[in-house]
Amino acid sequence: MRPVAVLGIGQTAVGEHWERSLRDLATQAGLAAMRDAGLEHVQAVFVGNMLSGLLTRQENLGALVADWLGQLPAEAFKIEAACASGAAAFRVAHMAVSSGEVDVALAVGVEKMTDTTSGETTAALATASDADYELVHGVTFVGLNALVMRRYLHEFGWKHTDFAPFSINAHANGARNPNARLQEPISERDYTRARMVCDPINLLDASPIGDGAAAAVLVPAERVYDRPRARVLVAGSASATDTLAVHDRKDPLFLSAAYHSARKAYAQAGLEPAQIDFFELHDAFSIMSALSLEACGFAERGQGPRLGLEGRIRLQQALPISTQGGLKARGHPVGATGMYQLVEVVQQLRGEAGPNQLERARVGMAQNIGGSGAMIATHILRVA
Amino acid sequence: MDIPRNWRLRTQRYALVGEECDHCHSKIFPPRDICPDCGQEAKAHFAFSGKGEVYSFTVVHDPPTGYEDQAPYAIALVKLEEGPIVTAQLTDVDSAQVAIGMPVEMVTRKLRAEGDEGLIHYGYKFRPTLARA
Repeated sequence: MRPVAVLGIGQTAVGEHWERSLRDLATQAGLAAMRDAGLEHVQAVFVGNMLSGLLTRQENLGALVADWLGQLPAEAFKIEAACASGAAAFRVAHMAVSSGEVDVALAVGVEKMTDTTSGETTAALATASDADYELVHGVTFVGLNALVMRRYLHEFGWKHTDFAPFSINAHANGARNPNARLQEPISERDYTRARMVCDPINLLDASPIGDGAAAAVLVPAERVYDRPRARVLVAGSASATDTLAVHDRKDPLFLSAAYHSARKAYAQAGLEPAQIDFFELHDAFSIMSALSLEACGFAERGQGPRLGLEGRIRLQQALPISTQGGLKARGHPVGATGMYQLVEVVQQLRGEAGPNQLERARVGMAQNIGGSGAMIATHILRVA
Repeated sequence: MDIPRNWRLRTQRYALVGEECDHCHSKIFPPRDICPDCGQEAKAHFAFSGKGEVYSFTVVHDPPTGYEDQAPYAIALVKLEEGPIVTAQLTDVDSAQVAIGMPVEMVTRKLRAEGDEGLIHYGYKFRPTLARA
């Protein structure tokens, strides 16, 4: 195993890209990452994507994206792990480079979600859950999260408004990210008055879908030591699984796969939670922010909302989260999301995060959740 | 197209048939090859009573394709008396009256219909437990 560095990053804005196709988006982000790395060729392309088969009727994305990037005959294939497909692609690229099999790997996360009707997209997203035992009952993805949040409120005694800081923080940061889908700050009043989607989850608890792609070039660490700009190393890379269905979990209020993948990543990096400067977590729904913070050791069981209420999640505070808007405001193009998180971590570590730049950004963590917690990948990146 | 897929699940859908682990006696639903509690092979059938209580619930207003006719509908995690939790719709109840801990029992109902001429899928839903005379 050899150390791995991130040499280049690229992203498209998250939005409704009526004029751009799945392949256009992947190509745009991939080429941007290669240009950023100063490379014209890569040896392998790993495409993270969840829904191309259902929403674009297109599979075999590895060959398609490699071709459109002008990288034939590079090795390439698609990696799918529901909403964690992006981080899974990064993880595979990391394994390829760290093992010594590949010297230059490109990981691209891409999703095209706005060509279809909202019912079709909702049904497609729900395939992340258990088709035979959850989906058949008409449960939606937001519905599963609502079931978890209701029980969480019941067991730990929080009020719905206690989750407002997660959404307010994400929107405040997204307002200063030109690539964010939602660039409007919100107030606590907006949060409490938002339309109910699936009680207790309202519109401002839920992240917006969107079209988008983000990409990174991974190389052996020795290749970046002569570069002038901040060198970004992958200090920890791990993923873990839990039951596909929420109802099969011994404790539906604990993200076991987050706990296990974070614990492995901390061990690889030789770090403890207190040494993480900022955390790009998977705030697809505000309840997931609380559960992630708890499973990763930043908060005690049932105490996740406290970090928001005490203001510790904001920029320049103890543990900034969603520094470029998170899923909530940057947007959640599902199979691309994990790559956006990693690109944003690299931006912070390089000092290229613009108005959202953190003063202390030496070690950043990203965590991408697939399904309602069934597959979770955790990465820790640091400045060399 | 979906006929064999649904036919395979008939005992689970119509009668809540799961398994009891021979090794640790844990009750398992749905049936699977490996007991999630002890990791040993599981294969003895076990019919659940269908009694349980609401562990959590919500109301779906924006349904996925195929469920539009039923919306809004209440969905719950139901903790069965024997241990496992299942996801299912609640029926025969005003969703404003649903609460965590409410006793419920299984009934067989239409889960979805594939248009006017397509398959009708039946399976378990749960209703508030009826008072016994």
